[in-house]
Amino acid sequence: MSAVTEPATGPQTGSSTSDLIARLREQENRPALVGYLPVGYPTVDRSIEALKTLVDHGADIIELGIPYTDPVLDGPVIQAAAQAALDAGARVRDVFRVLRELTDYAPHVPVLVMTYWNLVLKYGPDAFARDLAEAGGAGLITPDLVPDEGADWLAASEAHGLDRVFLVAPSSTADRLRLTVQATRGFVYAASLMGVTGERSEVGSRAEQLVADTRAAGAANVCVGLGISTGAQAAETGRFADGVIVGSALVRPLLSDGPLTDDEWAARLTNLAEVTEDLAAGVRSARANALTDDTSDAAPAGATISGEAP
Amino acid sequence: MTDVKLSDVSGPYFGQYGGRFVPEALISALDELDTEFRKAAEDPEFAAELQRLHREYTGRPSPLTEVPRFAAHAGDARVFLKREDLNHTGSHKINNVLGQALLVKRMGKKRLIAETGAGQHGVATATAAALMDLECVVYMGEEDTRRQALNVARMRLLGAEVVPVKIGSRTLKDAINEALRDWVANVETTHYLLGTVTGPHPFPEMVRQFHRIIGEEAREQILERAGRLPDVVAACVGGGSNALGIFNAFLDDKDVDLCGFEAGGEGIESGRHAARFSGGALGVLHGARSYLLQDDDGQTLPSHSVSAGLDYPSVGPAHAWLHDLGRATYEPVTDDEAMEAFRLLCRTEGIIPAIESAHALAGAMRVGKAAAAQGRTGPDGEPLLILVNLSGRGDKDVATAARWFGLLDQGVASEELERQEGRG
Repeated sequence: MSAVTEPATGPQTGSSTSDLIARLREQENRPALVGYLPVGYPTVDRSIEALKTLVDHGADIIELGIPYTDPVLDGPVIQAAAQAALDAGARVRDVFRVLRELTDYAPHVPVLVMTYWNLVLKYGPDAFARDLAEAGGAGLITPDLVPDEGADWLAASEAHGLDRVFLVAPSSTADRLRLTVQATRGFVYAASLMGVTGERSEVGSRAEQLVADTRAAGAANVCVGLGISTGAQAAETGRFADGVIVGSALVRPLLSDGPLTDDEWAARLTNLAEVTEDLAAGVRSARANALTDDTSDAAPAGATISGEAP
Repeated sequence: MTDVKLSDVSGPYFGQYGGRFVPEALISALDELDTEFRKAAEDPEFAAELQRLHREYTGRPSPLTEVPRFAAHAGDARVFLKREDLNHTGSHKINNVLGQALLVKRMGKKRLIAETGAGQHGVATATAAALMDLECVVYMGEEDTRRQALNVARMRLLGAEVVPVKIGSRTLKDAINEALRDWVANVETTHYLLGTVTGPHPFPEMVRQFHRIIGEEAREQILERAGRLPDVVAACVGGGSNALGIFNAFLDDKDVDLCGFEAGGEGIESGRHAARFSGGALGVLHGARSYLLQDDDGQTLPSHSVSAGLDYPSVGPAHAWLHDLGRATYEPVTDDEAMEAFRLLCRTEGIIPAIESAHALAGAMRVGKAAAAQGRTGPDGEPLLILVNLSGRGDKDVATAARWFGLLDQGVASEELERQEGRG
């Protein structure tokens, strides 16, 4: 429990992520756009350029993935990028440099690191949390760490004031939802469907119920991910979610089988910017659509955000 | 803890090892499996049905064979083999598969998925699926589908779909990744029939339970045949299911040495091996905390072995626990040593072992020779008594062995072999 004496209007104190989500909800009546990219794909420097592109074109929160040899919750697109990043020599410590550059560039954008647990275990959970906090990171998203196994991480994140984003799934029981919500800080990541990351033609039909159930279990902020790839899907999901998480659809424009020239890379970034803007327009129209019953495609461009903190 | 026998320790943790490092999406299915497993363990009907299958389908109890001509190469020891190679489908794998498949029937699921390396577990799973009218999908690294083309055909004959996995190192580790991805997506209708004592709880405990019959039979058989407990029990350790199955019956007999033999590949110093206890460190892979071959960043390192079944970068958490307790020892056996033991058993006893099991045979030779050199015997000067788990038969390995020993004449047979191995 927090020692702060003010009334508990804010969901969780001390989380820039939950503060941002609350502000977007209250002041802009919209969900956050959470955009994922892996560190080091295609190279560390180019991954920084791609991340800045996400920020410039409308991502509110960044999910920064660390490439891992055995990403069991990722589909083919993110697997391919992670493997290529590792082949190109990406190291775990690169995440701290990327974080530093990104948070210097956009201090108002919370950056959460998404990582499979063994990489943190090997680094040392407390040392990882310390270096993450020092580099300006907001916290961790842990796809293969459930709170039951997370004692080390709960202690380290507490000591360094970091968000703990745990996942819930359509298969989670009410007890599991409560347990997960209690351990979470920042937001709860609700998997829209049973499956791994990847683009799909429809958003999971169980997402809305899962968000409602997770709120009923006490969550202040519930963001939805897995399978969301278009502005229209972001708008649909954003009707009921506090944030929309997109990964594979942002990685796909960057994929290539071989090295890219500077011009080719610039073209990839232009594609990435377009996809991001489409999604950003989607989250901005989510609740307007619900009111006007306008379900046509979201406006394609002009969705860049002003960017400054309040 | 003091009043719990080592052989009855239950999950989710074995010391600091084990646990459930998996996506939340799988937790409710693991809970359901755990509940069903514990209910079945109390149910005499379940035990009776499994026992009937063991007897009428698998051919249990598997025999215990004394091998004196082989033992002449293992110091002055007497060596007995527990003949899991004579089980239906050719290895110990069927014990676990039948147990889990019966659980699946009770849970009402219709679809099985499994990973396989050499193909033994995949063949056993495809067999149980055919027997019990279940849909079956087996994930197998693309490299392994080439190396074990005949086992791919066997699984297809049995009605299973075999999916070659084309990402990562394209071996067993990647097949498990892909099976886990399938399971996350289909967990409500599908059971993941994991083939060894690794993975998230309850798999390490449950798979041990289904294999403990190996040790229980062997204990009874050797008491009857030799009149006493063995001095040494030797087994090969990949994930560790056959080893845990035979060790378990002797865990609480402090005078019985338990010796696990890992794949030393081309030697520890070469970096090309699967010796987790010699070259690994604490880590998490595929849902369990255990010893793991990993680099400085915690990325999984590729393993290597002449035997596909031992070619896995982690090891069952119960073995990690027994290792740290000092209750069992784990040593690497190189490809060369294993193949020499393989050849020796063929020539001296007329038994072609799986190359996996040949690692245990090589280990037994090492232990026997060391004992002879030190003048160590059994009680009252009796010969040292070594029990080896012969976990599988070597039919699947004939092509590898033929190439290793240069047994084929140039020409047609050789070309056929190359073609079968996808190297042509």
